[in-house]
Amino acid sequence: MSSTVMHSNHAVAHDDHAHHDTGGNTVFGFWLYLMTDCILFASVFATYAVLVNHTAGGPSGKDIFELPYVLGETALLLVSSCTYGFAMIAAHRGFKGQTLAWLAATFVLGAGFIGMELNEFHHLIAEGFGPDKSAFLSSFFTLVGMHGLHVTAGLVWMIVMMLQVSRRGLTDRNNTRLMCLSLFWHFLDIVWICVFTIVYLMGTI
Amino acid sequence: MNPKQITSLLKRLAWLPLLMLSGCKMVLLDPKGQVGVDEKSLIITATLLMLIVVIPVIVMTLVFAWKYRASNTKATYRPNWSHSTAIELVVWIIPCVIVAILGTITWKTTHELDPYRPLDSDVKPIEVQVVSLDWKWLFIYPEQGIATVNELAFPVDTPVNFKITSQSAMNSFFIPALGSQIYSMAGMQTKLHLIANHEGSYDGFSANLSGEGFSDMKFQAIATDEQGFNDWVSQVKANSETLDLDSYPALAAPSKADPVRYYGSVSPILYDTILMQYHNGGKHAAGHEDHAGHAGHEAHEGAEMAGMPMNAAEETH
Amino acid sequence: MFGKLTLEAVPFHEPIIMITLAVVAIAGLGIFGAITYYRKWGYLWTEWLTSVDHKKIGVMYILVALIMLLRGFADAIMMRGQLAIAEGASQGYLPPEHYDQIFTAHGVIMIIFMAMPFMVGLMNIAVPLQIGARDVAFPFLNSLSFWLFVAGAILVNVSLGVGEFARTGWVAYPPLAELGYSPGVGVDYYIWALQLSGLGTLLTGVNFLVTVFKMRAPGMTLMKMPVFTWTCTFTNILIIASFPILTATLALLSLDRYLDMHFFTNELGGNAMMYINLFWAWGHPEVYILILPAFGIFSEVISTFSGKKLFGYTSMIWASGAITVLGFVVWLHHFFTMGSGANVNAFFGVATMVISVPTGVKLFNWLFTMFRGRVQFTTPVLWTLGFMVTFTVGGMTGVLLAVPGADYVLHNSLFLIAHFHNTIIGGAVFGYLAGFTFWFPKAFGFKLDERLGKGAFWCWITGFFVAFMPLYILGFMGMTRRLNHYDNPMWQPYLIVAFFGAGLILCGILFQLAQLVVSLRNRESLRDVTGDPWGGRTLEWSTSSPPPFYNFAVTPTVRALDAFQDMKERGEAYLRPDHYAPIHMPKNTSAGVIIGLLGAVFGFALVWHIWWLGAVSFIGMIATFIARSYNEDVDYYVQPDEIERVENRHHANFAAPRSVLNTQPVAEQI
Repeated sequence: MSSTVMHSNHAVAHDDHAHHDTGGNTVFGFWLYLMTDCILFASVFATYAVLVNHTAGGPSGKDIFELPYVLGETALLLVSSCTYGFAMIAAHRGFKGQTLAWLAATFVLGAGFIGMELNEFHHLIAEGFGPDKSAFLSSFFTLVGMHGLHVTAGLVWMIVMMLQVSRRGLTDRNNTRLMCLSLFWHFLDIVWICVFTIVYLMGTI
Repeated sequence: MNPKQITSLLKRLAWLPLLMLSGCKMVLLDPKGQVGVDEKSLIITATLLMLIVVIPVIVMTLVFAWKYRASNTKATYRPNWSHSTAIELVVWIIPCVIVAILGTITWKTTHELDPYRPLDSDVKPIEVQVVSLDWKWLFIYPEQGIATVNELAFPVDTPVNFKITSQSAMNSFFIPALGSQIYSMAGMQTKLHLIANHEGSYDGFSANLSGEGFSDMKFQAIATDEQGFNDWVSQVKANSETLDLDSYPALAAPSKADPVRYYGSVSPILYDTILMQYHNGGKHAAGHEDHAGHAGHEAHEGAEMAGMPMNAAEETH
Repeated sequence: MFGKLTLEAVPFHEPIIMITLAVVAIAGLGIFGAITYYRKWGYLWTEWLTSVDHKKIGVMYILVALIMLLRGFADAIMMRGQLAIAEGASQGYLPPEHYDQIFTAHGVIMIIFMAMPFMVGLMNIAVPLQIGARDVAFPFLNSLSFWLFVAGAILVNVSLGVGEFARTGWVAYPPLAELGYSPGVGVDYYIWALQLSGLGTLLTGVNFLVTVFKMRAPGMTLMKMPVFTWTCTFTNILIIASFPILTATLALLSLDRYLDMHFFTNELGGNAMMYINLFWAWGHPEVYILILPAFGIFSEVISTFSGKKLFGYTSMIWASGAITVLGFVVWLHHFFTMGSGANVNAFFGVATMVISVPTGVKLFNWLFTMFRGRVQFTTPVLWTLGFMVTFTVGGMTGVLLAVPGADYVLHNSLFLIAHFHNTIIGGAVFGYLAGFTFWFPKAFGFKLDERLGKGAFWCWITGFFVAFMPLYILGFMGMTRRLNHYDNPMWQPYLIVAFFGAGLILCGILFQLAQLVVSLRNRESLRDVTGDPWGGRTLEWSTSSPPPFYNFAVTPTVRALDAFQDMKERGEAYLRPDHYAPIHMPKNTSAGVIIGLLGAVFGFALVWHIWWLGAVSFIGMIATFIARSYNEDVDYYVQPDEIERVENRHHANFAAPRSVLNTQPVAEQI
């Protein structure tokens, strides 16, 4: 979320270079930020890997994961990446209305994903398998929840972007921000594929 | 200063640290057991090896700074001289060579001095189970069936095999006069092998902060002859107090600067129960005798050391 | 309503704390009153607090760092005082529950709130100037970084008067740092202070990497970058690669403490060793984060004051790169005694030693920079020479500790304490103080008093040796760290000597404060009119001191390493163009300071479980951020006539001394 307002670059001398590329710096900076996020996830993944068998007499992944349900979640998120891709294509062509429509579609799919995840968490806690029950459950809830928090931040960002695009149109600045959000959204998709594989798939087999 | 003077000064400088070190009573340089002796000689070898680079660097710093001081207009001045392949080769190669030598020594000694490696000796080792409590040390002698608090004894020239765990926070079990230390961690067991080659009473303590009473978490490690040790055991045995799963919680409660205590008898499953108390469902301290004892033994036979740092201590799963 | 917070959280019964608080309150009121009396609030707000100018942000970082140095040093001298008397029956004057907070606070403050901001401050001041840029890539983010760091610093200091600080040592190892053994708010203060300032540091890392990779002056290829910029770049790489690990680790610890999870607890399958590994996976790179920029400063200083190119520039860069990479594969040497196998320990031991190779190469390169040079013994040079002697010893003891067989007896002893103070004081702090003296005229337009600066140096270095050499010996005598009292009379003399050493360092600090006051008073005679007081070699010296807010009226074109030296040799320095073009600059913003202060409130609310306040302040932070993103009026153009005016003033200032300037070292060097 940090980079939405990075811009106002003024570094390269104005005198001999016409106008400088503000978007380029922002996107590069956002890449770097994503790398740090990657390391954040890597640390939590490592913790999960260490603690996955520390079930302390409680349930293991096999006992609590419902693969078909998670597959549904995954489908929502993957499709939302496609719809975001369409939003970017529309933005590149300068179609404001289409961009907004695709963003809205992405938002709905993302919100659906979060809703399903919350529902899963709710069920687990209701059944007595909350994050305070074992190290395995702590790391499961934290890893999946951290991804969920990122998606939620992405959703908030998406609302802000929809408002800004509808108000100011597809300006250079909005396009740069849409680009960053796009990177963020696809990044979260990749992280989710890792979560799905390592936590759910490897946990149930 | 001519070169001869410089070399003689260097020679003197090289010995200076050693002189300083022998000046006062430094327990690490006056070890009382084989492990400590090996570690002392390792420290000295490594230090001397490094001084080969360190002393020239310090001397050159002072000499160069003085010789090329701005007011010395007689010295050569070449403002654009900034590269010399020969010098660069030398300054990369010399440290590399020293590190290669030191690295080889390190690899060898790390294996020899591995705290988990049983010591080579013809004498049958004695086993001691160590538990760090808030804030005192519990020593259990499974073969003798006794336990003590804040006092440890063993015969001289006999390897001592320590198995170490913790009731609460992490501590480090350390008797400087004898050598290596190792962490004590709850729910996990670490091992340490020491030997005393001289009779005496040595300071032992926790070398890792564990809370308020940490500074007084001290004990005496008494190394005596066989007879002295047997007398000590009888003295402990004469004590009527028993340490079992019922009396353990009172002992485990936090307390500071505890006096020495003897337990004439100790529950044989106490140590394993302490070790296993956090497993399978968590904190029901001492209880479940049968189960805990059993699981504990499995743990002992478990993999000596997993390669990963995560599994550094032997985990009892 | 107020969570766990009650009036009892204020330690009324602790005279030491209450007196400290009273002094701080009086000083604070005095400053507040003075600012009000002189009607400076508006100036402070518009020119400093809301500034996005990297130079001003740098100055503010260093100001906070110096204040925190005083706080951290007060902790240090209290600890030394305690240990000097706490032998045998005397338990000293600090009971463990208070003493343990002091050494924890000392460690956290010195590393996170003194060394880090000092380093980041110098980087802020020098790096954009060195690469010929007008500001950093994301000026608002830079302001935000600073204020997040301030939020963390506020939390640490609030803990002194409201509640307590952690009693766990600065590493906060679980299970001791878990709720079961540390039920108070101390560890929570620790967590949120580090989280907030860590986030700030992370953003700084991203910001400066983009700045360096994207905003160098034309012609400045990577291998023509000043060496300080290079070492800062490696530091920033380390920051973005390691600080997320700290964020994750502390987040997991807080989940343990706040939501009863079991990552590092003894119970229910937690694994404290995981914390220790993660902590040092950040913590070891962190020490290179601190030391690498100092290496860069020494390189700049020794080359400038030897009137000579840096010897082995390429070697230096590669050595820094090697240190950066190797810094990530040595973390386990912090716990050889945890029972890893011999192969694991040996691997990490040897990996650690390998780092001494590039470090050794650097030392030789500094030596050969002096070789055939003209070394002027200015204060920065004294710090550098002091560093070279001191750090060599620290490096040697470090390699010794990297030998697992030696570490088994030296681990956690005062030998270790002596070692890392040897490298952090003798390396990082000496470097920052050299950089402080070196770039002070650039930032403020006048030099620091040399005599007092040298006094400070001699006090610091003798104080350092007197304070820490006894600790090396005490390590061999079997004294472990973090002891509150002891009953070995043979230790006491050494601890008393160490206490006097700390007193000498105090003299050094007093000299430095005096130096600031005296230099400020004599600023007219110390003024740097040319912008190049030392015969500098890099671009920051090509502009005025202090530089105009836009740094360079015309972006310099770089042809060689040591770009400014090259310009001087070609006679191209100080040339003025026929006309100036408009310059694009960012506007100041209050968003950074608002988010930062809300961050401090947020941290405080979470420490005391005041959930509503936490929610309100968090939403406030996000809302401010979003509101700022709506604002499109964030930049403007400086018009040529204004640039003309500023430049005329600068050039008029030194038109007369210019001829003198050309006969200075520059001319000698042909």
